[in-house]
Amino acid sequence: MKLKRVTFQGGVRVPEHKELTEDKPIEVLPEPELAIIPLSQHTGKFANPTVKPGDRVKIGTKIGELQGFISANVHSSIAGKVVKIDEYPHPVGTTVPAVFIENDGSGETEEFTPKDWDALSPQEIIETIKEAGIVGLGGAAFPTHVKLSPPPEKRFHSMILNGAECEPYLTIDYRLMVEHAKEILEGGAIIRKALGAKTAYIGIEDNKPEAIEQMMKLAPEYDFEVVVLRTKYPQGSEKQLIKAITGKEVPSGGLPMDVGVYVQNVGTAYAIYEVFSKGKPLYERGVTVTGKVKEPKNLLVRIGTPVKKLIEAAGGYSEPPGKLIIGGPMMGISQYTEDIPVVKGTTGIVVQSAAEVTLPLDLPCIRCGFCVDVCPMGLVPTLVADYVRVNDIDAAEEWGIMDCMECGSCAYVCPAKRNLVHYIKLGKTIIMKRRK
Amino acid sequence: MNPSTVKLKVSVAPHIRSVDNISRIMYSVIAALMLPLVGAIYFYGWCALWLTLSGIVGAVLAELIVNLIQRKFTITDGSAIITGMLVAFNVPPGAPWWLPFAGSIFAILVAKAPFGGLGYNILNPALAGRAFLMASWPNFMTKGWLAPIRPAGSTVSGVATITTATPLGVAKLQPKLASMLNTPAALKAMFIGNVGGVVGETSALLILVAALPLMFKKYIDWRIPVFYIGTVFALTGILYELGVTPLSPFAHVLAGGLFLGAFFMATDMVTSPVTRKGKIIFAIGCGIITVAIRIWGGYPEGVSYSILLMNIVTPLIDRKVRPRRFGT
Repeated sequence: MKLKRVTFQGGVRVPEHKELTEDKPIEVLPEPELAIIPLSQHTGKFANPTVKPGDRVKIGTKIGELQGFISANVHSSIAGKVVKIDEYPHPVGTTVPAVFIENDGSGETEEFTPKDWDALSPQEIIETIKEAGIVGLGGAAFPTHVKLSPPPEKRFHSMILNGAECEPYLTIDYRLMVEHAKEILEGGAIIRKALGAKTAYIGIEDNKPEAIEQMMKLAPEYDFEVVVLRTKYPQGSEKQLIKAITGKEVPSGGLPMDVGVYVQNVGTAYAIYEVFSKGKPLYERGVTVTGKVKEPKNLLVRIGTPVKKLIEAAGGYSEPPGKLIIGGPMMGISQYTEDIPVVKGTTGIVVQSAAEVTLPLDLPCIRCGFCVDVCPMGLVPTLVADYVRVNDIDAAEEWGIMDCMECGSCAYVCPAKRNLVHYIKLGKTIIMKRRK
Repeated sequence: MNPSTVKLKVSVAPHIRSVDNISRIMYSVIAALMLPLVGAIYFYGWCALWLTLSGIVGAVLAELIVNLIQRKFTITDGSAIITGMLVAFNVPPGAPWWLPFAGSIFAILVAKAPFGGLGYNILNPALAGRAFLMASWPNFMTKGWLAPIRPAGSTVSGVATITTATPLGVAKLQPKLASMLNTPAALKAMFIGNVGGVVGETSALLILVAALPLMFKKYIDWRIPVFYIGTVFALTGILYELGVTPLSPFAHVLAGGLFLGAFFMATDMVTSPVTRKGKIIFAIGCGIITVAIRIWGGYPEGVSYSILLMNIVTPLIDRKVRPRRFGT
């Protein structure tokens, strides 16, 4: 069957390396003896701890209560005793308060009560999702109930399930789509009801034929349209995905809701399905463990499991490790310790050997224009970075620095191996501070 | 739990980079330039090789001096070698051996290093070197055209009579003879390269073949040669029809240094605009100025000065011509 493939302007073709894990079914990783569950695993305010050292918790017990508008609940992923609540390294590079839970091996769970979403109102659906601590599982971890509740003047007419998974190496969304296509679509149907969206799509890159086939088979039943996307990074970026599928451009400085389109990662849709079908809050997620490990695999992991355990489960390092990346190699964060825990936003762990590690050389720009050609936002990255470098933040802003989503396409193609994303992140941080 | 002791490196994403790097681009260009060099040796003899080596030695030596002063090691990036080659490609094959050497020294020491070295120079160093030679030793730069050592044969009699001048020189000084250059045989000779000219410009064919893989790799942007040569063709076509120039647009395109300039000098990344739109404007500007100099200017050829002038305009183009931002 010849399929029409849609895409966006700019972007890069990146070696995918998905073959390492794409045929590995998701395995369940045993519960950790000690779970370290950060109270901030989402965009927004920390959750307030609702337990104290010495308390006994079960699987699914709420241990952190959301506070403020943008925040999310946090649940225990194992049954046992709270040993302490203390600052602990977080994958984003800072330390945050985390709840340490010692596993008692009982595996006892809270009583989960499934809910018939068909009988619920959109508001009740959103409430249920909020209670379950659901956040975007594509990596950004934005609280889903907030995303589902736009200001009253904004309406969503379309929704897109994001199955692009454009980051190299990662295959967890792909495995979910192959193994749980029906559940993802059902989760999508729940989101759709909460939004009241008329049209619904699921976008998948053409390097995942098996997932496309699965979804093609089942989508009509849920009135979803499967859209095949050209494999190109960053196809999974919200704005690029919306452009490719609906032809609409989210205005500069705006949000997808400004064009009435809602985007949600397929993993999140699956988690939402589980909230309603099983009554399960978000305490585990799929993680691809890949790169220079002996047996790369896809794992179902309890939140709070130290990354070290995942590396062990993958047979350990196959070569002396150089970088440990949480997320994909294009936008992931390199870690300084393997003791950090898996959080809700952890899509994958990519290990690079010491020999593979490329550190930015930051040579002078030779003005080749490659970065301009690949920038999916239509910026001139080299110039924007230079303005930040010489501390002319106003000029950087004038040249659109705030539109940058830090996809790293520019730095990827740069022959001078410049630290473009670093300068742009710095500039954005300075501007955000100023605006406060 | 014992803290892990694995030593890990940390840096900002992305954690993977493409294989392209500065020296890879530079050495690819050097490899491509070997083809016109071989052509030059074929048509003009070994003098073409000695001149090219003299240019390279001059440029590399100058870069070395700059490196020693700045205590910065850039000599291996290959850019100086390109400068040296291109300076040599811009002198007549009969020029004294030291001419490209002097031009290359000027290119690196005056046009490149004081501006901050590779990436910061405003003018194409090789063309600045050529302009320096034009101003300092005009005699050597405008004479010393060698007849190609491959006799063109009786079929290209038109060109054969003027073998010791360049086609554009003929058009400028002896317009009556110029119509001979419009014949298919003459055009073919110019395309192949069997005519008088500077070392590297002689064969349009070899330059085209050398440039193709580079365009495929995007090491040179196809827009610049296409719009540059297209502009020259269109303008000279009109002017030929109006009787302003005796040379047909085909002769204008194939004669002189247009191919060398359009494919290998105007495309210099450092001195051309960074945006696609900007590159097109730059190339059209080069075309207009080239035609203006050829037809109304004092020199028979205008390629190098047109590129130098557009080099100067490049920062302005980059400031004014922005890509369309997503969502605007």
